[in-house]
Amino acid sequence: MSITRGPEMLRLTRRYRFCAAHRLHSSALSESENRELYGKCNNPHGHGHDYLLEITVAGPLEARTGKLVNVSHLDRLVETSILNKLDHRDLNSEVPEFEALMPTSENLALVIGRRLNDSWPACFGAEGLSLDNVRLHETGRNRFDLKP
Amino acid sequence: MYITRRVEFSASHVCAIPAYTEAENRAIYGPAANPRGHGHNYILEVTLSGDPDPATGMVFDLKRLKDVLNETVVEPMDHRFLNYEVPPFDHVVPTTENLALEVWKRLQPKFESGRARLHNVRVYETEDLYVDYSGS
Repeated sequence: MSITRGPEMLRLTRRYRFCAAHRLHSSALSESENRELYGKCNNPHGHGHDYLLEITVAGPLEARTGKLVNVSHLDRLVETSILNKLDHRDLNSEVPEFEALMPTSENLALVIGRRLNDSWPACFGAEGLSLDNVRLHETGRNRFDLKP
Repeated sequence: MYITRRVEFSASHVCAIPAYTEAENRAIYGPAANPRGHGHNYILEVTLSGDPDPATGMVFDLKRLKDVLNETVVEPMDHRFLNYEVPPFDHVVPTTENLALEVWKRLQPKFESGRARLHNVRVYETEDLYVDYSGS
């Protein structure tokens, strides 16, 4: 069935949660410089966060269904490309992108944005929907926004 | 400057296109197509934009905004079955997207004059799913 989309542009945001461990440590710096730069995040045994991820999809409303996006399709994409790969993992040693990249939340947001962008055209490109925003909360007191 | 007021209402709905079979509707809307309906504790966040009035220091009186939201949205929708009791949802599928559009339609005329303009309507269906509409 062909999809007819109306003139109204909306954004839909879905929240996801995952838990992961990381350690902020640069091999280019001394122990004391690492401690100075990353503070408690440099603890040799690592630590973890309950990350909260908000994915925003933008586009015109589908007139027939009154829906912007099939949320179960979005859930499947995020589960497959993000949650299954990051949840209950050690970012430094189990997520390939962080072999040569500091797993700060800035970089984690970039990695998530890149992974979603890679799969986006195949999932939603034909529907005229765009990935509008990636918001990552590291804790309840800090968050990072990325327009992919 | 943007100012935002949040209100809550609870309502039930069925997401289904009347001309479609139950199986077709379940394929599109999932469990939300259950003909008996189900409900949500909706949260509505309405954002106005404008510069503060030099005399009052306010963009818009938030007490008045609460009254406007209560009259136009909360009273007509709270503890109602949207499909049966709240037009246009007798013929428009009450998805969260359409709910955001309807709230915008109801509020927009109230802010056509004066210093505050309607900037954004956000409807939370659940804590983990919300829709934003900022007009066309």
